[in-house]
Amino acid sequence: MISERLLGILLESFWQILLPGLAVTIPLTAVSFFFAMVIAVLTAMVQFAKVPVLRHVARFYIWVARGTPLLVQLFVVFYGLPDLGILLEPIPAAIIVFSLNEGAYCAETVRAALEAVPPGQMEAGRCVGMSYLQVMRCVVLPQAMRIAFPSLSNSLIAMVKDTSLASNITVTEMFMETRRIASANTEFLGLYIEVGLIYLLFCTVLTKLQRVVERRLGSYGGPAGR
Amino acid sequence: MLEVRGLRKSFDGQEVLRGVDLRVNRGDVVAILGSSGSGKTTLLRCLNFLERSDGGEMRFDGTWFQMARMSKQDIAQLRAKTAFVFQDYNLFRNKTALQNVALGLTVARRMPKREAQALGRQLLAKVGLADRAEHYPSQLSGGQQQRVAIARALATNPEILYFDEPTSALDPERTGEVLAVMRELAEEGRTMLVVTHELGFARQAASQAIFLEGGEVVEAGPARAFFDHPQQGRTQAFLRGIQPVG
Repeated sequence: MISERLLGILLESFWQILLPGLAVTIPLTAVSFFFAMVIAVLTAMVQFAKVPVLRHVARFYIWVARGTPLLVQLFVVFYGLPDLGILLEPIPAAIIVFSLNEGAYCAETVRAALEAVPPGQMEAGRCVGMSYLQVMRCVVLPQAMRIAFPSLSNSLIAMVKDTSLASNITVTEMFMETRRIASANTEFLGLYIEVGLIYLLFCTVLTKLQRVVERRLGSYGGPAGR
Repeated sequence: MLEVRGLRKSFDGQEVLRGVDLRVNRGDVVAILGSSGSGKTTLLRCLNFLERSDGGEMRFDGTWFQMARMSKQDIAQLRAKTAFVFQDYNLFRNKTALQNVALGLTVARRMPKREAQALGRQLLAKVGLADRAEHYPSQLSGGQQQRVAIARALATNPEILYFDEPTSALDPERTGEVLAVMRELAEEGRTMLVVTHELGFARQAASQAIFLEGGEVVEAGPARAFFDHPQQGRTQAFLRGIQPVG
């Protein structure tokens, strides 16, 4: 079924595709997810602590970021903002969009996790003399992040795949490279399945990693998964 | 050392405390009694500003405060001199027993870690849990958790200890081990305010007793007279009703 020619193309292109995967897709995901986490924690805390004004800003941001397509957001930032004189390189544009988009979803995850920590934890912290932020940092947030960890891992895995959209704003990541190769030799089916398998490989590694980290985090002496 | 006048608190228009007066002298062990819904837990929470009162004055160490309009700094200063033991322990779940005791010292008081841990171990030994220092709350029984919570409360060497029904989440066997620790504290001369259903403990360890009903103090006085010759009919009925348990 697979001709020798196709096999040759697939083997040759495997490294050609994997290389931008390692050099672009993974760093792009890692950097974007890091910023997404910072945004998520801040946005969640602002809402959880009911900070006036800022909590409404947070709600508005989440509403917009979750309610519009990721692809549209990429286009607005990369092709649209130049109209206002804001010109961004493809990769910075992609990082900004992915961070803001993912940050909104993760903010909801973290907020729900903060709310799942019993209020008695905060009260007890205040009663031993710690400030709100001290209790947050030492007691509530660590517990919330442990609760949120499986969902956040999910978001990270989703993000690996979403970075393929960056090909639409000229970022030469895995999928962009695959499209280029495929249009040259017209082996569309084989090559698109191949790049799909490489994404699958990346996500499998992350899933395994998630399980290892989860086991190492434990749940503070309780049964795993609580 | 602690005096409260006219403490009022409502939840959603429902008055829970209707002008409570209270006086606690150094070394007093005050038992706060009353049936469920009498406002006794709310009273204790208001005293430590876990709930904000609607009105009332408080004197602590000679200074009078307006309870409804207390600044954050004043609350922080007051909390530095008090400690709270919760009904459901509220140990920090992500911290070991030792860390639970030491955390307030290292974070809030900036005590060196080594010093805080030494004090922590000493306090865990005091409540009979020296061998459980590295255990997480989920690995401890209810009684052990509550004793860790007491050790945590003692860590900052508070002038007054508040106990909110410290044994009502425990079975009788565990109740005994917690009450024993509390009795020891009472004998050391610690000032304690204890909301409790344990009449036996109150009778034995308390120096003062207060009976609360419908958000008002029905009767208050020295424990011996309170238990042996209650003046008010409602107090008599309450003590009779609960007697078989005590």
